[in-house]
Amino acid sequence: MEARTHSGKATVTLPSDTQILISRGFDAPKHLVYRACTEPELVKRWWSGLRGEVTIAEIDLRVGGRWRYVMTANEGFEVAFHGTYREIVPDERIVSTELFEGAPGATEDDATVNTVTLTEVDGRTTLTTLVECPSREIRDAIIDSGMEGGMQEAFDRLEEVARSLA
Amino acid sequence: MARAATTTDPFNAVAEPRRRQILDVLAGGERSVNDLVARLGLMQPVVSKHLRVLREVGLVDVREAGRQRIYRVNGRSLKPIHDWVRRYEDAWNERFDRLDTVLEDLKREEVGDGSEDA
Repeated sequence: MEARTHSGKATVTLPSDTQILISRGFDAPKHLVYRACTEPELVKRWWSGLRGEVTIAEIDLRVGGRWRYVMTANEGFEVAFHGTYREIVPDERIVSTELFEGAPGATEDDATVNTVTLTEVDGRTTLTTLVECPSREIRDAIIDSGMEGGMQEAFDRLEEVARSLA
Repeated sequence: MARAATTTDPFNAVAEPRRRQILDVLAGGERSVNDLVARLGLMQPVVSKHLRVLREVGLVDVREAGRQRIYRVNGRSLKPIHDWVRRYEDAWNERFDRLDTVLEDLKREEVGDGSEDA
């Protein structure tokens, strides 16, 4: 296992039927967290987590500008997300829409509105993302997508165990 | 997505904001109905109605203490909800752990060549 610096742990809560709130502290000032969230070459380095690699990150950082990220998942398939910036306060706040392009029959009306807020205290930054969904069904589907990823990892581990027993 | 009736499905039962408020208060320890009424600033019949739903789906337990009914959270019944969200939380943790590495590099870059702790 590669050594990593963990400066905190994310917490996810569900403030209402149609909302998801994600919060995490980082050991860095907010202008650097802002850069890591808004510069394509930096976004590419972290946004996919352990699920794959970001192959395309396009960011037109202005109100009305679009963003689009494409990730090649470890299993080989591509997933893409895009949205539009609605509000930008440098180093503090970004409001944008987000739509998963692979959702069957998804239209722009199914996009979530994500508000990213950065708060710095003593050189440490708390990043919170409020995801506001058009319906509870979409909110639930987004959380289920985490379940699918988790299931995949569980299956991978199961396969490893099975191989070691062979 | 079809859901079971509120009275049989804990996922549905916690979807109601006031019931979530009640669970939040009970998360801090067991409380009598009067106590909950005082803390939440809601009418007693409203609190009682929500407590009944929470009891029916097994999210809270109740015990008698003299003339008082004392409510507490049933942690085990919250587990499926916690598990459901946790997978999603894990995915964010994986992302943010990589973001930590990016931020470490940016901090080093900003310090420039005068890095004593390289």
